[in-house]
Amino acid sequence: MKVLLLKLWMAVAAVLLLPTGSPLAQPEPTAPAVGSVLQQLPGASLKKTGDLVRQLEQAGGAEMRPLFEVMLAGDLYYVKESGQLLQIQKNSDGARMGISLFEGKSLGEFNSRDIKKVRVNNRLRSQLRDAIARIELLHGDEAAQIAAVLAMLDDLNEQNLRLLQTAQQAGVSAEVSTLIELAEAMVQLRTSTDTADRLAAIEVMQGRLETPVRNQLQRLVNSDSEQDVAVVAAAQKALDKISGRMEFYGQMEQLFFGLSLGSVLLLAAIGLAITFGVMGVINMAHGEMIMLGAYTTYVIQQLMPNAIGYSLLVAVPAAFLVSGSVGVLIERGVIRHLQGRPLETLLATFGISLILQQAVRSIFSPLNMQVVTPEWMSGSLAINPVFSITYNRLYILLFSLAVFAALVAILKKSSLGLNVRAVSQNRDMAKAMGVRTEMVDAMTFGLGSGIAGVAGVALSQLTNVGPNLGQSYIIDSFMVVVFGGVGNMLGTLVGGFSLGVANKFLEPATGAVLANIIVLVCLILFIQKRPKGLFPQRGRAAE
Amino acid sequence: MNSLNQITEQAREVMRRDTTWPFLVPRKRSVNVSKNVILYLEGLNVSFDGFQALNNLNLYVNDGELRCLIGANGAGKTTLMDVITGKTQCDSGSAWFGQNIDLLAHDEAEIAQLGIGRKFQKPTVFEAHTVFHNLELSLQGAKGVWRALTATLSGSERDRIDEVLEIIGLEKSRHQLAGALSHGQKQWLEIGMLLAAEPRLLLVDEPVAGMTAEESERTAELLTSLAGKHTVIVVEHDMEFVRSIARTVTVLHQGSVLAEGTMDQVQNNRDVIEVYLGEEA
Amino acid sequence: MSTVKTAAQPLYRWFAEFRQPGRGTSWLVGVLLVVTLAMSAANLLLPPESPLYVSTYTITLMGKYLCFAMLAMAVDIIWGYCGILSLGHGAFFALGGYGMGMYLMRQIGDRGVYGNPDLPDFMVFLNWQELPWYWFGMDQFWFAVLVALAIPGLLAFVFGWLAFRSRVTGVYLSIMTQALTYALMLAFFRNEMGFGGNNGLTDFKDILGFDLQADSTRVALLLVTTLLLVIAFLTSRAIVQSRLGRVIVAVRDSEARARFLGYRTERYKVWLFVYSALIAAVAGMLYVPQVGIINPGEFSPLNSIEVVVWVAVGGRGTLYGAIVGALLVNYAKTRFTALMPDAWLFALGALFVVVTVYLPRGLAGLFDRFTSKNAETAWPERAKESNGGLSTAEVSA
Repeated sequence: MKVLLLKLWMAVAAVLLLPTGSPLAQPEPTAPAVGSVLQQLPGASLKKTGDLVRQLEQAGGAEMRPLFEVMLAGDLYYVKESGQLLQIQKNSDGARMGISLFEGKSLGEFNSRDIKKVRVNNRLRSQLRDAIARIELLHGDEAAQIAAVLAMLDDLNEQNLRLLQTAQQAGVSAEVSTLIELAEAMVQLRTSTDTADRLAAIEVMQGRLETPVRNQLQRLVNSDSEQDVAVVAAAQKALDKISGRMEFYGQMEQLFFGLSLGSVLLLAAIGLAITFGVMGVINMAHGEMIMLGAYTTYVIQQLMPNAIGYSLLVAVPAAFLVSGSVGVLIERGVIRHLQGRPLETLLATFGISLILQQAVRSIFSPLNMQVVTPEWMSGSLAINPVFSITYNRLYILLFSLAVFAALVAILKKSSLGLNVRAVSQNRDMAKAMGVRTEMVDAMTFGLGSGIAGVAGVALSQLTNVGPNLGQSYIIDSFMVVVFGGVGNMLGTLVGGFSLGVANKFLEPATGAVLANIIVLVCLILFIQKRPKGLFPQRGRAAE
Repeated sequence: MNSLNQITEQAREVMRRDTTWPFLVPRKRSVNVSKNVILYLEGLNVSFDGFQALNNLNLYVNDGELRCLIGANGAGKTTLMDVITGKTQCDSGSAWFGQNIDLLAHDEAEIAQLGIGRKFQKPTVFEAHTVFHNLELSLQGAKGVWRALTATLSGSERDRIDEVLEIIGLEKSRHQLAGALSHGQKQWLEIGMLLAAEPRLLLVDEPVAGMTAEESERTAELLTSLAGKHTVIVVEHDMEFVRSIARTVTVLHQGSVLAEGTMDQVQNNRDVIEVYLGEEA
Repeated sequence: MSTVKTAAQPLYRWFAEFRQPGRGTSWLVGVLLVVTLAMSAANLLLPPESPLYVSTYTITLMGKYLCFAMLAMAVDIIWGYCGILSLGHGAFFALGGYGMGMYLMRQIGDRGVYGNPDLPDFMVFLNWQELPWYWFGMDQFWFAVLVALAIPGLLAFVFGWLAFRSRVTGVYLSIMTQALTYALMLAFFRNEMGFGGNNGLTDFKDILGFDLQADSTRVALLLVTTLLLVIAFLTSRAIVQSRLGRVIVAVRDSEARARFLGYRTERYKVWLFVYSALIAAVAGMLYVPQVGIINPGEFSPLNSIEVVVWVAVGGRGTLYGAIVGALLVNYAKTRFTALMPDAWLFALGALFVVVTVYLPRGLAGLFDRFTSKNAETAWPERAKESNGGLSTAEVSA
């Protein structure tokens, strides 16, 4: 029996796959049946249309998908005179632009009196959706198949189930196969009368995060008509398990948001950690270095509007250079004159931050600038139905770790790093050993500022780019540095992520502003307890 | 009958005139040196990030003694002073000032008020104040906030300042800003500030660093004259200077006491020659 | 150059008079009193057509400047004399202001837009049914003043006690004070706090029964401000010239030395911090009825750090310097923002840089250099090396 079915299926598939082999080369459906069916579509009654759609699906298969989608969206029209089917889209002026089906060619503007819509109602829409799902299931790639099965879970019937089973026998990936088994279980739970079967079905369903599963179980638990106590109990248990898992993934999501915020804080703070740790200099203009990086991204995108995808790759080194050279200028121009007077340095760099902010306000505008997110950074990675990760946050998280690693490598391996460490431990001795401390200071400051610029590129993908961009991060990044322990890179890493995570976990309970306040207050208390931070430098040098 | 006796006994104990209730004992205790030892340091351990600065150090200093501490860099001399003055917490061990005062239970300010004065390696004076005011601030007496607000100089305090000015030879600079003094003068002023506080124990860290030969000679004189009335512990690298003042010398090495004795004894000590003088010579 | 110097010599001498402990005080106090009295008289007695007439706007502006001068003096006491750079003094100023604002809000009574006799307008707007507990009693002037002093004082005590006891110094402390005022700003922006959220407290009608819009009330407020500024100035001067003041300067220049002399430096710092916070709170209390509004913007870190630059311009470590600096910079700000609004931030930024790099002791230091007189509490000439009691190692650690 099975072998027979398989053979039958292969024959069907061969027929169906033939036209889909090269859809671009053969835009018109080749099967003659399709053409004749299409001709009946204009003016057909709703009931008739349903039949026609069924015929089209059988005859045209995957070819019909664009048509169904246009129809589902309610954009399918026909020209009254010729009966020609076409897609109508309104452009920004409100004019009705015709597009030919299957080829996607523009047919020019149409007057609303000359065309008529092919009517669809809810029943038809549901039918179309199912048809699209079936096409996806049989012809799509794995992601499309998963989407199709998930779509069918909402509206499971015997027919859908058969289709799913057919698809499963044709060979699908393990993931799709599990989903199909889930669908079988759902149908079984609903239709079967045998307690053992139903319990087995619940067994399959428990722990699944798909919304229809939850809804069906919930309905079953709530329904008064359900007599089978064992089934209800099992369903309740399954529901509990599902909500447990959902809670877990909710926490995971918080954790990810926390890590994401942490990565931003880390990016903002590591540059500061270098200048503060090595030179003992509080750079209040650090936030403005971040802002400059973000504005560099904006300018780069303006310069290369046709290659937005690559703009960020260009912006990273550009921002590093812009912020870095401004940093060197500040060091040479101001900070050098304030050697050993940290409080004065703080004030002077604050003055510089005011000047930079106002300069950006004058050059660009006080308003926020639009920085485009490239294609490859938008969208999200769905781990399961309730937990997905947006790509921009994911990339920035990875990027921050990469920057961190690069910086640690520079400090540990390069000769600049050696000099920097020498100066940070004992400036006078380093000088006596022939280290050009002035040069090292300038390079350190440039490096720290440059990294702030790079942070600005990342931030431009997450927040608005405006003159106040830097200000909103400066206090937080100081807190990260102080929390982690000044002059300690690992401390900055741990500090950034723990502050980010703490903030995000407090947020649902307290609201964003209060979470921010609580974290600040806790930090103030923490610094009282451990003035040297999480990973203090110990020993006589630190006294 | 017996219990009644007990009660009367206890009542008598309570009424005894020659005892003082603990809470009536004045808060500021003076150091008890009845055993003639003013400083007991036993089993001190201090480590910084794995570096053992003090390693099971034992040291006893007699009342009125002038003791010199020598040792190579990193031998633990400054750390030892930090522990005595409460700046550094030790990991284990005990430090007693006389018979009755546990130094480890007090902080820097309390220890200073108990009568332990300290001179830093680098001369540290209040540069924005005149010499006179520097000494005024160092005087023994109440150091509370409210007292300071209403404090006025009494005649005897003024005399005490004059006396100290004479000892350190800065009478002429009394109204000069301390920041304008020469390096040697600052060293002297700092010693003068310690004297004004009339401490029992003086810890002096490298007093002649940066001084001319003549100035060191005067410093040596001053320190030897202080011994007896005060107990003085001097840390110094200058061997000539140590030889000129030393009665007892303690050699520190890697955080513990290597040798103790007169200068000659120490110099002839085999261990010392090996690890310290040997390397120097 | 030398001719300029000799020509200007009498001028500098005249300014140097300020530095003389006794006479400088009487000069400053005298000038303040005479100017404000003359302005008041010109406002109240002269007709508006008179060329010598002083507008009520100017009176209020002057009152505002004097409040800022008081705030600057508060910052100078702890920064100039004790080396604690507070970047959050605006918080105490604003808390004092909110205390006064709550009193003024309650005085509105049923004259508000919604006519609710008990609830201020913003609470009616938020559909609150009753007054939050912390608003009770604020309709009594004495109680409001007490609260407006107690809250900032308590905050300063708790913060100072925690910070100084664990020996947080230098830039760490500055950043923490900034975080403090930042946290308060975020908190006061919230409507749930019950302080009017974003808009703050405003639309005041009268104070102690006197109409706030009346010229005579404005003049009276200016005179009260002047009087309190003079009292605060004299008190602060008495403090810095006592032995307490000398200990404080000693703590600034070498905290470790002071501690090893037996001074519990953290207590000195805490009490000075509280004193300074109280003066800032008084300034805030006087500020609110004159400008007619208090909102969370007063907590913004920028405001607090601006105060520091007033002190730096005038010359820290000299009380009169802080007052003069605050008056000068604020006057410049008023003129600048009227003429070239965009340029003000450039000018302010440049002021920060120029003063710290070229005029570390401010205008007071400039006068000193020409008159070569050293006031005893002045910032030491060698501050660059001694670093205000903060060793380089401590910072770079």
